[in-house]
Amino acid sequence: MTQPNRIAWDGLQIDRRRALSFRFNGKTYQGYEGDTLASALLANGVHLVGRSFKYHRPRGILSAGVEEPNALVELGREGAHQPNLRATEIPLFDGLEARSQNCWPSLKWDLGAAVQLASPMLTAGFYYKTFMQPSWAWRHYEKVIRKAAGLGKAPTVRDEARYDKRHQYCDLLVVGAGPAGLMAATSAARRSARVILVDERRELGGMLLEESVHIAGQTAKQWVQQTLAELEALETVTVLPRTTVFGRYRHGKFGLVQHTEQGQVLHSVHARRAVMATGAIERPMVFSDNDRPGVMLAGAIRRYIRCYGVVPGRRAAIFTNNDSAYETARCLREAGAEVAAIVDLRERAPSVAGLDDVEILTQAEVVGVQGSQHVKAVEIEVGSKRRRIACDLLCVSGGWTPTIHLLAHGGKDTLAYDAAWGAFIPTCSEPVPGIHATGACNGAQSLVNILAQGIAAGEAAAEALGCEAATPVALPEVQHRGGELSPSAAPVCEVRGGRGKKFVDLQDDVTVRDLELALREGYRSIEHVKRYTTLGMGTDQGRTSNINGMRIVAERLGKRIDEVGTTTFRPPFTPVSLGALAGRESDRRLDVLRRSPIHDWHVRNGAVFMPSGLWLRPQYYRRPGHGETLTEAARKEAANVRDKVGIADVSTLGKIEVQGRDAAEFLNRLYINRCGNVGLHKARYGVMLREDGFVFDDGTVVKLADNRYLISTTTVNAGAVLSHMEFHQQMVWPELSVHIEPVTEQWAVVALAGPASREVLARLMPEEDVSNQALPFLGYREVCFQGVTTRLFRISFSGELAYEIAVPADHGLTLWEALLEAGEPFGIMPYGLEAMDYLRIEKGHLIIGTDIDGRVTPHDIGLGGMIRGDDDFIGRRSLQRPALTEEGRPRLVGFVSADGETPIPASAQLVAERWTGTPQDSLGRITSPGFSPVLDCPIALGLAEVEAEGGSLYAVSPLTGEQAEVTVTRPVFHDPKGERLRG
Amino acid sequence: MLRIPCPYCGERNYTEFTYGGDANQARPANPATVSDTEWEAFLYRRGNPAGEHIEYWQHSFGCRQWLKVVRDTVTHDIVSMGGHGMEGGEKA
Amino acid sequence: MTRYSVFSLVRHALRGHRHWPQALPDVSPSERYDVVIVGAGGHGLAAAYYLARKHGITNVAVIDKGWLGGGNVARNTTIVRSNYFHPARRAFTEHALKLWEGLSQELNYNVMFSQRGIINLAHSSGQIDELARRGNAMSVSGVVTELLSVEQIRERVPLLDTSPDARFPIKGGMIQHRAGTARHDAVAWGYARAAAKLGVHIIQNCEVTGIARSNGKVVGVETSRGKIGAARVALAAAGGSSRLAEMVGLRLPLENHLLQACVTEPVKPVLDSVVTHGVHNFYISQTDKGELVLGGDLDGYNNSTSVGDLPPLEAMVRTCLTLFPSLGQLRLMRSWGGVVDMSMDGSPILSKTSVDGLYINAGWCYGGFKATPAAGDVLAELIATDRTPELAKPFTLDRFASGRVVAEEGHGPRPWMYH
Repeated sequence: MTQPNRIAWDGLQIDRRRALSFRFNGKTYQGYEGDTLASALLANGVHLVGRSFKYHRPRGILSAGVEEPNALVELGREGAHQPNLRATEIPLFDGLEARSQNCWPSLKWDLGAAVQLASPMLTAGFYYKTFMQPSWAWRHYEKVIRKAAGLGKAPTVRDEARYDKRHQYCDLLVVGAGPAGLMAATSAARRSARVILVDERRELGGMLLEESVHIAGQTAKQWVQQTLAELEALETVTVLPRTTVFGRYRHGKFGLVQHTEQGQVLHSVHARRAVMATGAIERPMVFSDNDRPGVMLAGAIRRYIRCYGVVPGRRAAIFTNNDSAYETARCLREAGAEVAAIVDLRERAPSVAGLDDVEILTQAEVVGVQGSQHVKAVEIEVGSKRRRIACDLLCVSGGWTPTIHLLAHGGKDTLAYDAAWGAFIPTCSEPVPGIHATGACNGAQSLVNILAQGIAAGEAAAEALGCEAATPVALPEVQHRGGELSPSAAPVCEVRGGRGKKFVDLQDDVTVRDLELALREGYRSIEHVKRYTTLGMGTDQGRTSNINGMRIVAERLGKRIDEVGTTTFRPPFTPVSLGALAGRESDRRLDVLRRSPIHDWHVRNGAVFMPSGLWLRPQYYRRPGHGETLTEAARKEAANVRDKVGIADVSTLGKIEVQGRDAAEFLNRLYINRCGNVGLHKARYGVMLREDGFVFDDGTVVKLADNRYLISTTTVNAGAVLSHMEFHQQMVWPELSVHIEPVTEQWAVVALAGPASREVLARLMPEEDVSNQALPFLGYREVCFQGVTTRLFRISFSGELAYEIAVPADHGLTLWEALLEAGEPFGIMPYGLEAMDYLRIEKGHLIIGTDIDGRVTPHDIGLGGMIRGDDDFIGRRSLQRPALTEEGRPRLVGFVSADGETPIPASAQLVAERWTGTPQDSLGRITSPGFSPVLDCPIALGLAEVEAEGGSLYAVSPLTGEQAEVTVTRPVFHDPKGERLRG
Repeated sequence: MLRIPCPYCGERNYTEFTYGGDANQARPANPATVSDTEWEAFLYRRGNPAGEHIEYWQHSFGCRQWLKVVRDTVTHDIVSMGGHGMEGGEKA
Repeated sequence: MTRYSVFSLVRHALRGHRHWPQALPDVSPSERYDVVIVGAGGHGLAAAYYLARKHGITNVAVIDKGWLGGGNVARNTTIVRSNYFHPARRAFTEHALKLWEGLSQELNYNVMFSQRGIINLAHSSGQIDELARRGNAMSVSGVVTELLSVEQIRERVPLLDTSPDARFPIKGGMIQHRAGTARHDAVAWGYARAAAKLGVHIIQNCEVTGIARSNGKVVGVETSRGKIGAARVALAAAGGSSRLAEMVGLRLPLENHLLQACVTEPVKPVLDSVVTHGVHNFYISQTDKGELVLGGDLDGYNNSTSVGDLPPLEAMVRTCLTLFPSLGQLRLMRSWGGVVDMSMDGSPILSKTSVDGLYINAGWCYGGFKATPAAGDVLAELIATDRTPELAKPFTLDRFASGRVVAEEGHGPRPWMYH
């Protein structure tokens, strides 16, 4: 297939030797390496590219860059596609496949366009005024509205694209590689500053690539290449094309997304200073049917011709309020197209060389566009006379808007309205400390000024950075073929006459009438106007519409634009893919799981794991060939501990060593029960409160040596307890001489529990005396096991005779296997968290997170008696507050199933009557349901406002439909005197 | 990104630190003697300024030191910082 | 004033929409009002509306330093729910939910309250127990909720990664069907229009600079537009509460923090319900326009501006893609922040103060939007009767001294930890 709109031209960015084939809406086309999808479509004469959001109006390509509101497509295989991409930003590649969005059955014949019939009703905010009756019907109306909304379709298959992240530091970040940016980067780089130069386009040079200009005696393209060559030769300079700075964050941080062949890279750049050389974006004009395919921005046409050799029409009309569009007329004629007329709003046209024979109409307006799917003619009005001009392209220019978004991220006070631009520009050349604005985005108009500002910004930045002096960059000589044209625009962007819709925001279909309606109804703050009409809220973020909208609002309110003000500028500057923001840290790399040193053994032996904080711990062991359920396996494991002996991997419990002259005093202030006073080689169970009096964590404190203690914490609170201790040691009691060291990962710890545990231990360490006298309950001894230091504790969570044995982490597996071997004659079995839960519930031991949830006091859970002495400890003062001591607080109680059989449901509420579906007052809740092998009966712990033991309640779980009548008991069901663990 | 100049490690991204909240009020030396109202003020009442705020940060992924930082809650400039004894603080 | 309906819409369409009356009239302050409410956000406007409608007090001004509805009512993620564990929080939001259910009709303004359900995901048996704990507490008090199986979740939210070997495998979930979303701006506009219709003055761009007292009693406010007399003054100013209370020497148990949210580019419907994931406090829903709205954790340190930092957004998006692995190519279009007035127990303050005639409604943390109608209703009753309404009793200021904190989560006085 030929490319009817492609011409030969010097200095193009495309490579004609490399033809590429691509498909758009199922049809195959040809383009060239270097094309964008938009330029390739225009080369093939394709103007109709998409449908609009609300009215499904046919839409074409308006621009040649990031500001494109219309030409949104889906790219790639359906399901794994990228939605809502701008055709003007997609580099063409061989085999590219793209589709239009928001149309059915086809782009040309879109049934959705029928909505236009109802468009008189569909004004701004119409949905706030209707769909209210009858009240139940909204959900049905809404379904229809939701379907009609949305642009592309969300991808549905797992995204396999590659995303990387880089953290970078530089002296100077230069945003934009147009004339100003190139000069700023060169100036600073010559003074040895570390520079990162970025541009969102693949081809660098910015506006130079669309102008007919010679710089320093070279063509613009040659000059850009030479300048870049100098920069790229320096090791201190990094040039990043196809990279968008999407946000400016505090303390000199910028977020950048780079598009590469491989994928996307998110750069977090810390720049000591930055230069904004972001240029300006052209605005369209607002007139009747200004959205027709074939209505394009004048500057974009220059770019299509001069960069891509694409002439989007044969016979063009131009509609402008400023001089810059006259350059488009020259460019079109050079490219062999006819310029039917230049329609200029202003009183006087500039005298522009080379356009003597073009009809120029002043004080003229376009009042209509004919051709629904492509421009056929424009209707113009000069004075009171109307005329029709046949054309297939309408080039519009409503002036230029400096791109100041990054300066305004963080506040708008850096901006001031400038009448010549008809837009906001920075208040000065360093509007934010450390950030220079330069070139067109700083209000510079002529190329010489832009280049000069670039040099000045680079020098100023280098000076502020303290860089050594170097030969300054000389301001290059500039020669414009045919003279330079100013972007200064007349303060009018809107044509009052005409019958069609006048779009201000093309993507969201916001018209002048919508803005007027909002104002009429009292939505007058610019933020109200924006939100009521959705002006500027599309994926183009109002880049071509905001200023025109503000101008119309100001005019209607009789205010100045700066009185109306802008809406807030928010990151990102252009949409950023979620994948790029996440990088590689999502999915399995999010919160990387931690595993105990014995983990692999558990895996090999059928463990089913459950998360505990960031750790994975065995919940139970599924023995091969047994086919047991969780409950069956856990009951068997628990019973084995009660009857024989079991081992559990408790390596994940937090372990912190506390040393120093004042370690005991420090621990006394930390725990409610003066754990610092524990005897040498003894362990003590301790409870910590938060300063507000509620229980924070529990564990054991062991005195390893004089002034040296080891404390254990719960698995989930290990980090929080460490931080809590460090805080109080460093900031509250710095006078205490204490050293705190987390040692969790250094040790593997195995709990050995059950009546036979002493025999197993004796077999494991035949040389050690492990008798009750030598190692009594709550005793501690350091021993040597297989040549390594081993810590032996006699502590019990299960309520049985039990030990905890700690070895250096890499010996964990050896210990585990040795225990299994030593315990084999005694019927040893490993047990998991579920069995541990059964055992501890039976014993009335509590768990942080379930029974203790940050809202209970020691008294609530029966531990008030542990409080010792009169000295201060963290939380003591708070416990004296009235609400923490009053009667009627829920307290810890035990429950047994009244019939001895019905399981007590998990997470049940406690109520007075059997649950029938009628709401009842809650009397408390079950915190830990379990089963007692000893009582052979379902049991539970709970927090309840109940008085007497023996009372009867219902534990109900309406969610699961379970309930059980329960009898209140003491919260300990097994060996209440603790004879077994002491024996 | 908020950057915190740790006096021990140098300037780092705030993501290396853990926030510890308002540092205006020291823990009373003898809590048993303070009134419920005073205790409430210590536990719960906050100046909540739009401006300079004294606050705790811990360099959790660094030296693990707790720091007292004076930060402006509007500009986010770190005005000064130091350890426990900081009164006016060292200039950052 | 024109009643909104499909008929009035057609009638006005025929006349080119040239005759719609002002929905939001702009007025200048009078010298004196019975009640001045500081803060023309959702809560302040709702309180003014209910004062006028339920208590017949119409000589009311709502004043705001900026544009009406420009604070958190314009910045939240629009979620409405009552699925709380704590009975006081549940009772309050349940009252709100009942008001939400008739709000469009009540205000004659379509606030698009859409009961699309909120699904809380569980990723372990422990988390299912936690959800059930909350769900059973809700059910026993008559607030309906339901557990969902993995299959039911897959059916409702097909884009979720429900594979068993996912990083956060989905083990189940819980849904409150009556929960959903509402069009946040419309709530402010709807209350403003309805209140104005009843005679309430809404005064924008009027900053309070002082609270005038005489003999320990409020007599008015000083503003950037002059002195305004008032027998009763209510503060409903979210992040501005501390500064306002300081004017009468009152220090509040509040801290300002920043909560960020973002939306993706609009896509065709893929997510019907609101989905939340407690491990990282992530939530997501899809607007009627097609944008996916993502919310996450606080920025984590005191902040008096609405400008956030990048790491919290990155964290939010990491969670999003872990749960929804197909959405990597979808693009984030807009991000923003809101200053939330976090209280020391994560629950609001709705209370009289030590100054006679001065009332405070603050500390709504993350949850102000969902409570809007009830906060307005209860605050109106408090102002009108000078007695603490039943629903407000747990939320008075004195709870901090007594220790009777209302903690949905037990993090203690560390507001940045609350969700």
